Amino acid sequence: MMARASLLDRLFWRLGSLLVMAYALLPMAWILSLSLKPAADLGDQRFLPQRISLEHYRAIFADDQFPAALWNSIGIASIATLLAVLLAMFAAYAIVRLRFRGRQLVLAAALSIAMFPPVAVIGPLFELWRNLGLYDTWPGLILPYMTFTLPLAIWTLSAFFREIPWDLDQAARVDGATRLQAFRHVIVPLAAPGVFTAAILVFIFAWNDFLFAAALTSTNNARTVPAAIAFFTGSSRFELPTGSIAAASVVVTLPVTLLVVVFQRRIVAGLTAGAVKG
Amino acid sequence: MKPADPTEERLGWLLCSPAVLAMLVVTAYPILYAVWLSLFRYDLRFPQERAFVGLANYAGVLTSPVWWESLANTAVITLGSVSLELVLGMGLALVMHRVLFLRRSVRAAVLVPYAVITVVAALAWKFAFDPVTGFVNPWLGVEHAWLTERWSAFVVIILTEVWKTTPFMALLLLAGLTLVPQDLLDAARVDGANAVQRFFRVTLPLMTNTLLVALLFRTLDAFRIFDTVYVQTRGAQGTETVSIVGYHALVTRLNLGLGSAVSVLIFACVVAIAVLFVRGFGASFSAQESGEDGQ
Repeated sequence: MMARASLLDRLFWRLGSLLVMAYALLPMAWILSLSLKPAADLGDQRFLPQRISLEHYRAIFADDQFPAALWNSIGIASIATLLAVLLAMFAAYAIVRLRFRGRQLVLAAALSIAMFPPVAVIGPLFELWRNLGLYDTWPGLILPYMTFTLPLAIWTLSAFFREIPWDLDQAARVDGATRLQAFRHVIVPLAAPGVFTAAILVFIFAWNDFLFAAALTSTNNARTVPAAIAFFTGSSRFELPTGSIAAASVVVTLPVTLLVVVFQRRIVAGLTAGAVKG
Repeated sequence: MKPADPTEERLGWLLCSPAVLAMLVVTAYPILYAVWLSLFRYDLRFPQERAFVGLANYAGVLTSPVWWESLANTAVITLGSVSLELVLGMGLALVMHRVLFLRRSVRAAVLVPYAVITVVAALAWKFAFDPVTGFVNPWLGVEHAWLTERWSAFVVIILTEVWKTTPFMALLLLAGLTLVPQDLLDAARVDGANAVQRFFRVTLPLMTNTLLVALLFRTLDAFRIFDTVYVQTRGAQGTETVSIVGYHALVTRLNLGLGSAVSVLIFACVVAIAVLFVRGFGASFSAQESGEDGQ
């Protein structure tokens, strides 16, 4: 069908795709450019840097605020991802494979939590966490992240699990494997791509969150990157440390962007499976 | 449905229970606790003055101009960003659907805004519109401090939201587009329908459910907007949204009673929006039970 398309038509869609790429990449190119400008050039209002300097990168790693936040973000997001995917795997397996009365109920509960406004629970959580000693700790953020990503993980995994040839599982059980063994040796390898996709989506959610991090942490103890960047204090209280913020933004954006670009096919499949088909 | 086998029933619940328990503990319990707290005068700075006040907190919130203004602001941001996203997202989806040139690069680039932390995106746009550091003013040939004035601040906030979330909308719509049967489009073309007619008469009607689900997700998401507004204006210049009002009451002023009333009201709004979409417009989520979407 593309062969029949006219030259004008082809030109139109090519221009379209270039515009789409410019749209998606412009702000990131801008923040990268800002992070490379020497402090003296930050106010030059140019899109591209005239001179290149790594001073802002050196500055954020010399301070203890940003490295601590980076470590907190990596640790908290990874553990939350691991837990959410593990719990969601059990639930999705049951939803797809077993006939029990709660199936629809679990899916409906997951869906309603996906729509739940997080700001509605930060007050009670703030109060509860302070009483339980979870305020400003890793578990204090891991728990809400795990919960709020469970719906996404359950829906994505259920969608992927529906595509698995489950007869293999039956065959393994006929051969004497227990349900658990069949699950571990037959289903897990088949399900791995879906699980991996769900894990990326959950990780991105936890990595991105600002509301819980702002409300439930107060120090380097558990403050994650989004909160640290938003509350960055420069040398002067009245001036936003633009260069440091830009450099920190680039450092936290690059790895996740690479992850997304490399696994784009899976992420697209995961996002749409969870939301449209699910 | 087959009659349930008791062992299977038990195993099903056993496997689901950790997830269900976690969801109950971190959402259902706190929201009930918020309902309870909202009936008290309870300020963490003056904990000894805690007292049952019935619905007084709700009366306080609902008679306060701050709440109604923030609700109006949230509505402006939600309507503005979701409608722009719908048009732009449809454009992106059509490009991604049709294009063969740089196909992989286009799809990868579109995911970049999705992967960027919202706080980072908000700061990038804030710096871009900043009168001292930003490139937008010289490009447009104006001198304007965008975030210090209400309506221009809304422009920046909506632009940031649109930039960040259009890819998600586009991917949902793309999934819907691929479900439109090609032979139907070819038949319409043979019958003499032009590209615009084919889009509005064939493609769009077949995508109704995809559109509704995408709109519902994005509307609820936009209604909860917090990060962008907090980073760009902190709610100043009359740009407070309901989530910002709730956050300030709970975390900044530590007024758990009043803040919980705000939380419960936000929750009620979200339920109302979801009910409107599902009951009013007939958005359906049980696609896989009845075959594929949009059929």
